[in-house]
Amino acid sequence: MTEVKMTVNGREVSGDVEGRTLLSTFLRENLGLTGTHVGCDTSQCGACVVHVNGKAVKSCTMFAQEAAGADVATIEGQAGADGSLNTIQQAFQDYHGLQCGFCTPGMVMSAAALLKENPKPTEAEIRNYLEGNICRCTGYHNIVRAIMAASGQDVPAVAAE
Amino acid sequence: MYNFDFEQPASVEAAVAALQAEDTLPLSGGQTLIPSMKQRLNAPAKLVSLTGIDALKGVSVDGGTLTIGAATTHATVAAEATAYPALAALAGGIGDPAVRNRGTIGGSLANNDPSACYPSAVLGTGATVVTNAREIAADDFFDGVFTTALEEGEIITAVKFPIPEKANYQKFEQPASRFALTGVFVAKTADGVRVAVTGASEEGVFRWTEAEEALSANFTPEAVDGLTASADGLISDLHGTPQYRASLIKTLTKRAVAAA
Repeated sequence: MTEVKMTVNGREVSGDVEGRTLLSTFLRENLGLTGTHVGCDTSQCGACVVHVNGKAVKSCTMFAQEAAGADVATIEGQAGADGSLNTIQQAFQDYHGLQCGFCTPGMVMSAAALLKENPKPTEAEIRNYLEGNICRCTGYHNIVRAIMAASGQDVPAVAAE
Repeated sequence: MYNFDFEQPASVEAAVAALQAEDTLPLSGGQTLIPSMKQRLNAPAKLVSLTGIDALKGVSVDGGTLTIGAATTHATVAAEATAYPALAALAGGIGDPAVRNRGTIGGSLANNDPSACYPSAVLGTGATVVTNAREIAADDFFDGVFTTALEEGEIITAVKFPIPEKANYQKFEQPASRFALTGVFVAKTADGVRVAVTGASEEGVFRWTEAEEALSANFTPEAVDGLTASADGLISDLHGTPQYRASLIKTLTKRAVAAA
């Protein structure tokens, strides 16, 4: 076991990990931050997306030791200290951007990364950016609408394709 | 996944030394290696992470040559390889955003997945693969599916692309994996045209030389009208027959020339 230290949601954390310990495992099992979901474990679904040094990554496809010293942001750090939802989370609630909710942590973290890069994305840019986030309820339209709303844009009536 | 020892050296020399140990693999972005270790297709005793080596990162231009450090992520190439727009566009189309924030050009080339995008750019541009020991021309680097000219313990440090006059990459995406069902990279240089095809052959990336000759004489989509890509040795799987892929090669070549 090796001790690994990093900053998670602004808090200095450390824990003992094996070489094979994934960042997702470290977050969930060492730190108890179970908001980061592991959907597929094969890098396909994006439920485990967190930010490492500001970049969206799949935490199930990165070893904990690779994040040593990094600044990590997870879904738990998105709401305010008083529990108030941030703009993206509130928009997901307002526009019913979740059904079962399993993919939601990854969707919100991907949306946050997108809006940081591109504050006013088009619908097509949103859909393109969410390519690596799978919603098996297929609730994509409302997710896209929520992100349009979170970016302060008019929300289109998205037609079923 | 079986357990392993993890090492993260800060220099190329230290990484090369660490890779001398038995049953040791280099780890770059890990977007292929980690999933394959989860499936126990790979079970090294030790991984040597290359992403802590700053000397392996970055995009730079010197005259007509674009140099990319091996541990540069796809996202960085997409954003910074502005001197070579076709390459930046290719990098921006690999996988999805989270994969592009981890995956690296060196890792992709060393892995040489038969459906990966980067090998077609390297072969199609006639780039040079630089390692800790030598420089390898693209034509000598790719050696069949998941096989390259790299020796045991040898690591890619950079890739040097001569910037072509015109280039374009057309990828027909397999929507589940986001790899190329077939992809064609076309580049026009002062020395002629190169056409590299990925995702199609059982032998990995290859050059379509008949199209290169035709396009060197006449760089228009119509120049390949009279040609037929051979279906011999092309991949047959549930996503497409060899004949389908052969048809894609021609269609994508024409589209790439039109868009270049």
